[in-house]
Amino acid sequence: MSVSLAVFLVFVAGTFGITYWAAKRSSGASAYFAAGRKIAAWQNGFAVAGDFMSAASFLGLIGLIALQGLDGIFYAVGGFVAFVTILLLMAEPLRNLGKYTIGDVLAYRLSPRLVRALATFSTLTIATFYMIAQMVGAGALVNLLLADSGITYNMGVVGVGALMMIYVVFGGMLATTWVQIVKAMLLSACGVMLTVLVLERFQFHLIDFFAAASQIAYHQKEHLVVRDFLQPGLHYHLPHGPVDLLSLSLMFVFGTAGMPHVLVKFYTVPDAKTARHSVVWAMFVIGGFCVLATVLGLAAAVIIGPDSILARGGTNMAGPRLAQAVGGDLVLAFVSAVAFATILAVVAGLMISASTSFAHDFWTNVIHHGRERTAGESVLVARAAALAIGGASVLIATRLGPGSNVLILATFGMVVAASANFPVLALSIYWRRFNTAGAVAGLTVGLLGSLALILAGPNFMGVDAAHASGGHHLIQAEPWFPYENVGIVSVPLGFLAAVIASLLTKEPAAEAKFDELMVRANTGLGAERAAAP
Amino acid sequence: MGNAATNESVPGANENNWKAIANSKAFKDLIAIKKSFIVPAFAIFLLHYLALAVLAGYAPKLAATRVIGTVTIVYLFALSQFAVGWLIAALYLVAAARFDALTVDIIARACELPEAE
Repeated sequence: MSVSLAVFLVFVAGTFGITYWAAKRSSGASAYFAAGRKIAAWQNGFAVAGDFMSAASFLGLIGLIALQGLDGIFYAVGGFVAFVTILLLMAEPLRNLGKYTIGDVLAYRLSPRLVRALATFSTLTIATFYMIAQMVGAGALVNLLLADSGITYNMGVVGVGALMMIYVVFGGMLATTWVQIVKAMLLSACGVMLTVLVLERFQFHLIDFFAAASQIAYHQKEHLVVRDFLQPGLHYHLPHGPVDLLSLSLMFVFGTAGMPHVLVKFYTVPDAKTARHSVVWAMFVIGGFCVLATVLGLAAAVIIGPDSILARGGTNMAGPRLAQAVGGDLVLAFVSAVAFATILAVVAGLMISASTSFAHDFWTNVIHHGRERTAGESVLVARAAALAIGGASVLIATRLGPGSNVLILATFGMVVAASANFPVLALSIYWRRFNTAGAVAGLTVGLLGSLALILAGPNFMGVDAAHASGGHHLIQAEPWFPYENVGIVSVPLGFLAAVIASLLTKEPAAEAKFDELMVRANTGLGAERAAAP
Repeated sequence: MGNAATNESVPGANENNWKAIANSKAFKDLIAIKKSFIVPAFAIFLLHYLALAVLAGYAPKLAATRVIGTVTIVYLFALSQFAVGWLIAALYLVAAARFDALTVDIIARACELPEAE
């Protein structure tokens, strides 16, 4: 297994190289937070795709499809369609309006201090959920691959935490973007390679492959069952399945369009046109990857089988184990190292958006009324915040352990984004009557509402059998809220709160500035351009 | 207050001019043209996407109908989401080229506006 360790170390060294190169090239806030706004369309497209191809989508998605068949494929579709929303509604206005954060967009028309503080809070919540998911994925990978070298799950989590802080503290947005670009290419290449290896086993007869996927045998509550993985209903079945599926869909349509670490990428390009082209690039990379992921997930079910997946490595390791089954140990080491680099890159991107939000929105604009007291102070605060948030996520991830599916963990962050960030951002850009009271109500109700519903739902509440294997529910009681996916309630709740609070109050200043916002958002007049070379 | 992004100097832009640009015919035309593409495109996309969840959740028998070999309707419909997404993206790129041309005109006129009216 020392080959795996060597491949891992080569990849980590590669990311260090990129970080060192970026650190030499960047100085100042615009460089640190927004890569100098000089990233090209195809580069940003790959970087956005890189953000999407996190531990959640590479490890979690394949595992979910391998265990739930078609019901897992809904996650692949959802991950892709989210970018249609971003393309049509968000990318260009955000590029024209934003400086570094979501708070900047909201501050155009609204009284900024409370709104910025709340936006920071929801950004940090989303980033933390997402980050914990990545850390769990990293720990599980290390556990599967390097256990023979004496490296445990906890050491993996702490190691990722430490590496991530190095990238963030020394590299900033430019380093993160380039690590994402390289990694998105490697991961796409891995997806293509694995798909070819899988289909080779079926002599490239797709019909035979899908025939195998239609009869998967595995144990369910100690009975051997045979299921068709191309039919819906393995996971989302009656009584709550249909509503849960709609709920999941709503979360995807609006969730990614409210994720701070994705939106922040549109501030790194020179103008709205580049932002638009970069979304289209991302849609092709992500879409291709998701289509391949449906094949790879089904292949893991066919070739390894759900029983074996659960017995060794768990749901998150279905992809790496498929790599081993079709390609041997070297392919396993390569794919795992790419997945590990993926996690490092996504975690670094998350850290940048979370710490930027804290430094720029909370520290500079809420506490110090929009003035930097000394040059470079906000960059310093961002780095300190990154250290604190990173430490907290490492602690939580070590307590959770490697069992929980990382995609499910990540959806918690996404539903907060869909319920709190998205309604407020969309209304701020598109509705003249929107005001500060609406933003405060939308952010508060969306954030607390989705968190409360997640806690009261079947992910956290449930009665476990006395000797049940696997994970245990945090709260041992019948769930108060029947659906796993809370978006069907929490997204309308966030929108309603924002609309009602706006209608109940009058804020002429906010309405008066809508003309300016419209002109800026649609023409790019007054937007910050690329840094001079 | 606290709005660093508005501090940038914009040629010919001040309180009155933002309103003047917003009320100009050219700008209103731009918004109308954008709406006439984006609203229907987003609506079609959303209906098509939500139909996937409805098909799988409320018509599981129909969804599980085999079309080619063992491949089901719902799997093909799931793949159609990618095709529709890419199609909308391609159409949007074409439409947006026109938005860009109109925007160039608006910016050119904005720079000729007097400092205050």
